[in-house]
Amino acid sequence: MKRTTKAAAALLTAVLATACAQGSATRDTGTAPDGKVTLRYFTFSAAPDHVADLDTIVAAFEKENPKIDVVVETAPYADYFTKLQTSIAGNTAPDTFELNYENFVTYASAGSLLDLGTAAAGDDYQPSVYAAESLKAFTHGGKQFALPASFSTVVLFYNKSLFDAAGLPAPTADWTWAEEKAAAAKLTDKKKGVYGDFQPVQFFEFYKTLKQAGGEFLTADGKKTAFNSPEGVKAATWLVDKVGNTMPTEAEIGGTADYDTNLFKSGKLAMWHNGIWQFAGMADAPFEWDVVVEPGDQTKASAVFHNAIAASATTKHPAEAWAWSRFLTSSQTAATTRIKASWELPPISDQATLAGYLDNTAKPANRQAVFDSLKSIALPPVIARQQEMQDAMTEELSNAAAGRKSVQQALTDAAATIDGLLG
Amino acid sequence: MTGAKTAEVSANPTGKAASSAPAHARPRAVGPRRSRLRYAGTVALFLLPSAIPLTLFTLIPMAGSLWTSLHEWNLITPMRWVGLDNYVELLGEDRTLAAFGHTLYFIAGYLPLVYAGGFGLALLLNRAMRGRNVLRAIYFLPVVTSWVVVALMWKWLLNPASGVVNWLIGLVGLEGPGWWTDPNWAMPSIILASAWKDLGFVMIILLAGLQAIPQEYRDAARVDGATGFKSFRYITLPLLSPSTFFVVVISLINGFQVFDQVHVMTGGGPAGATTVVVEQIYDLTFRYGRAGAASALSWLLFAVILIVTLIQIRAQRRWVNYG
Repeated sequence: MKRTTKAAAALLTAVLATACAQGSATRDTGTAPDGKVTLRYFTFSAAPDHVADLDTIVAAFEKENPKIDVVVETAPYADYFTKLQTSIAGNTAPDTFELNYENFVTYASAGSLLDLGTAAAGDDYQPSVYAAESLKAFTHGGKQFALPASFSTVVLFYNKSLFDAAGLPAPTADWTWAEEKAAAAKLTDKKKGVYGDFQPVQFFEFYKTLKQAGGEFLTADGKKTAFNSPEGVKAATWLVDKVGNTMPTEAEIGGTADYDTNLFKSGKLAMWHNGIWQFAGMADAPFEWDVVVEPGDQTKASAVFHNAIAASATTKHPAEAWAWSRFLTSSQTAATTRIKASWELPPISDQATLAGYLDNTAKPANRQAVFDSLKSIALPPVIARQQEMQDAMTEELSNAAAGRKSVQQALTDAAATIDGLLG
Repeated sequence: MTGAKTAEVSANPTGKAASSAPAHARPRAVGPRRSRLRYAGTVALFLLPSAIPLTLFTLIPMAGSLWTSLHEWNLITPMRWVGLDNYVELLGEDRTLAAFGHTLYFIAGYLPLVYAGGFGLALLLNRAMRGRNVLRAIYFLPVVTSWVVVALMWKWLLNPASGVVNWLIGLVGLEGPGWWTDPNWAMPSIILASAWKDLGFVMIILLAGLQAIPQEYRDAARVDGATGFKSFRYITLPLLSPSTFFVVVISLINGFQVFDQVHVMTGGGPAGATTVVVEQIYDLTFRYGRAGAASALSWLLFAVILIVTLIQIRAQRRWVNYG
């Protein structure tokens, strides 16, 4: 009996000791005995199309900095911020990570980010390598909490082969909603499963089309909503009316992931509102396609998305984190790799390097449209309860699209909910 | 000594007569204090393997969530003390009530369905028939399958445009519903998937209960002239009531905590039609940065489950028959 108890106790101790040892292994400081530092980098924009491009940049960086080993971790955008929040809350934040503009302010004001200005001190860093506006976008309280890494815009993709087959002229930069609507109607052939148009019915498309229609999302002081207006109705109607006519319904899409991407790629979608991050994925599509600046209504307005690299306030390797952030955002290798791979655009000031984007012979041919779309941009409204606002807007638009509510009723209800979030 | 102790603590193999056996058997030893202490130490040692994980993974996190529920916290900023504000705020929000309403809707559909289905299967597979064990194993398979796999499978089956179910409905010339893309059909879709997955669990428990009913009772009933339905009504049902009670309590608790299938199949949509309480807790924490409010909602849910379970335990005296 005694022996059994002792044996059991010994076994238990052994199990616990193992468990504790495993637990402490994750609290590694990331410095190997040979002085090599492991630096974690967490990103949403690399997978799945640009992992190899990121590897190229990492390899170049590690060659210049043999004492640093960059470990890349990726997550799809939909899960990215959940994982990032949880890792910060659990004290296992990656040393460096990607942030988009909409989330930057939250993280900077929460004190989660390293002040890169301090890390840069005593370095040959030149702020002028970045486009000044981009750099400024990622300051908070006068401090540089992130470095701009890339930006992208939304354009109108079109399947030129489908337009040619129907004997229709391809879209041009002068197009308005009316031309898009007429062409979409002619190109839709439901029997063949071909749709004329695809524009997601959600918050991001709405604030932009609202601006195209000449409306505003919030009042000038930002304290109330302003979208429940004739312009708002016009913009929402523009989105909602496509559903079931020139675009598949929610039930037809059936929650399939990347439905629109696959529809376009399979040659069954004539026009597609999407971002320039889709260029690389469409490169080998077996038909002719190109892009133009999105058609406008009262005015042109294109959505711009801006990503940056930040370092965790709790990183044990601030100097290495700074070196990597800087390399990833402004080195010649990083900029040319991005341009060559059509991996969004680097926010650098060097026009000669940027011009390489236009010389790229990969599709699309009309790369000038990307730069043209920057001439008139629409920025998303940003409020403290951002995600709740986006969800409320998307939900009401979906209600209108599915015919559960009139467009007017959906906007009235969305305005009431969002005013509540602002108040 | 070893032999004596083994006899004292060994479980009754049938478990049936547990109430008559001294389950809380104390050591016969009334000897010196030291030996009693040593006995307590031995008991404590054997409890450790379950006490440690219970403390680490249940009790401490529970205390943590109670603490969090009194704060405002978005996971990345330091917590800010707000007292009971989260509870007050939640009770004043329409969507809290809606979330409990959706959860009750789920339970109201799920519980009868899974019970009736599981009971039917148990009765069927309790009879002597070929391939009985294989069938039992097959019906139990979904229970041990990951919820994500099952939810994705049902999502495909019930896909309004390309799913097998609507294709079959189409064959008889009808148009299938929008299932989980239609607010009116989304909850029934989830109920269907949930009942399908848990059928096997209910079946196994009730099957065990059925097999524990001694044949003599049925024989005696037959001698007294009770056959078929009467025997079922007055012998089977009452003697099965402890198993039924167990199944109902467990299924109800599971019903209140429904999440995985909702999260995978609808994410709470469309138009919020399937936002059950735990889905709301998830959204509050990970989408809306309101971990404090989410913790408060967890405790509200805990209170509701506790009350409902206490009522059930009270009520069992009236209908549960421990023979």
